[in-house]
Amino acid sequence: MQISLLLEMAADAFPDRTAVIGKEGTVSLAEMNARVRAAATLFAEQPADTVVFLGLNGAAFPTALFASAVAGKPFAPLNYRLPDVDLCKLLARTSPSVAVVDDDMLSRVENVEGVTFISRTAFEAACSDALRRAKELPESESDIAVLLFTSGTTGEPKAAVLRHHHLSSYVISTVDFMGAEEEEGALVSVPPYHIAAISAIMTNIYGGRRIVYLPTFTPEAWVDAAVEHTITHAMVVPTMLGRILEVLDSRGIGLPHLRALSYGGGRMPQPVIERAMALMPHVDFVNAYGLTETSSTISVLGPDDHRAAMTSEDPAVRRRLGSVGRPLPILEIEVRDPEGNVLPCGEAGEVYVRGEQIAGEYLHKKVIQDDGWFATNDAGWIDEDGFLFVEGRLDDVIVRGGENISPGEIEDVLRSHADVADVAVFGLPDDQWGERVACVVVARRKEVTAELLSAWVKTHLRSTKVPETWEFRDELPYNDLGKLLRRVLKAELSAGQGLHAA
Amino acid sequence: MELKPGSRWKGVGGAEFVVVRPPKQVESLQSGGHPVQSAADATDQALEPEASLADLLAVGKRYSDDASGLELLVSKAGKGTLTVDGRVMALKETKALPASD
Repeated sequence: MQISLLLEMAADAFPDRTAVIGKEGTVSLAEMNARVRAAATLFAEQPADTVVFLGLNGAAFPTALFASAVAGKPFAPLNYRLPDVDLCKLLARTSPSVAVVDDDMLSRVENVEGVTFISRTAFEAACSDALRRAKELPESESDIAVLLFTSGTTGEPKAAVLRHHHLSSYVISTVDFMGAEEEEGALVSVPPYHIAAISAIMTNIYGGRRIVYLPTFTPEAWVDAAVEHTITHAMVVPTMLGRILEVLDSRGIGLPHLRALSYGGGRMPQPVIERAMALMPHVDFVNAYGLTETSSTISVLGPDDHRAAMTSEDPAVRRRLGSVGRPLPILEIEVRDPEGNVLPCGEAGEVYVRGEQIAGEYLHKKVIQDDGWFATNDAGWIDEDGFLFVEGRLDDVIVRGGENISPGEIEDVLRSHADVADVAVFGLPDDQWGERVACVVVARRKEVTAELLSAWVKTHLRSTKVPETWEFRDELPYNDLGKLLRRVLKAELSAGQGLHAA
Repeated sequence: MELKPGSRWKGVGGAEFVVVRPPKQVESLQSGGHPVQSAADATDQALEPEASLADLLAVGKRYSDDASGLELLVSKAGKGTLTVDGRVMALKETKALPASD
């Protein structure tokens, strides 16, 4: 099923409901559908196999996504934060393509062979063109809906392939068609090149919830938009939430309209979620875990799970605040050892997933197994009630003298110390142990010492987990989606000791 | 008959459907007691759904048939109970997730 049908159904059932509010103003579902038809005609006219989108969030983004589907061409949103030279390299890989580009980004990417550029202003104008709106296009049978380039921390970025049936199967089986109440609004601040931005369009349009776009995230702008548009739903990455809480604190306000706040895209520090729940007890918190290759969410820690964990005396229930919840009922999750054997509850290994929404495919390379199982490359374990705990990328797990050590666990302990503002834990090559535990700390006071923090870790965890290498810095490296770049630190510290990073 | 995933169909009562999961094998798919037509080239047959097969199908509802594996999504509302080789298709509950995107 083509994803454009999701919008057609919504526009047919509730034409006057607001689809999107962005810097272009307010666009109803019927108007969005009309724009999509015009944009699809425009795309169909181009000598292009792919539609590229390079720009900030706004009505043009969902318009271009659905129009690409109608025109039968894969939609590829690119990361505008990449250096110009990398951006041009990616563009060249999409050739022959048509690229919708924000006016002020055009000068960065001109003259890439095989790419036809359309400025956002020209695109908006084409979307209002009456002749293009009236044109009937044949039903598309193309099966690739979206190409998403991975962040590529190692080597060339890979293009993850999401087919129409993966995306639509996720939406129609997890969202009640037009189930949202009239006043509901979702604040979307993740950039267009992130899987969460793609799924936010489809689930909110199909669910009938207006989307309010924040072109670029700052915690102040996020809070302003949430207040101005009486936002009821939002999704943030963990680093955003911490900064939002600081703004709320300093302004002395809550967000009375907010009903649900979901988070994902990285490990949520337990103190941050606890503080958020204490500050906004009326809000339903949802932790959603998923990957680009899985069409977004595969596991959810729901509002009731959050409240049960927060108020429980039982440590096994309490620690679920750090879990990603239980798998969606429409798919299966297993934890396996390196030989592929399924592990029992409580034992850590690699997380595998199977289900209709799982794409597990890159351009020219299928990575899903024949029996449908996809290896996530995430390390994790499942407790006896089926709650999944994700410990981070498999590559980040520290193997010290044969013992597997999760950096996240040590980071949580350090972060719970009052003098620690931020921290990163990772493995460094070690002659005796293979790897040893290293950490970089951002301290709140300069008097803090490694001895003091070592003692703190020792009171909470076994001694093999106490970091042996310590460094203090003013800040840690994050990518623009709020992911901690452990590999950067690892490389820097390895270089410092004259060894090569593993 | 061939029911490809993503293919769109129309019933005599005006309802439209899209195949979200193809069946193993199906002889006939009917709505309101009459065969469905391909949505792209449906003609007005001037037929009404039979009185005993005139359930209202609402947009966004999914119907499934366990025996063949067929699953349909209603993309346009209309009357006309869905049947596969004489078996009435069952309404499938959507287990809505808490909003996560």
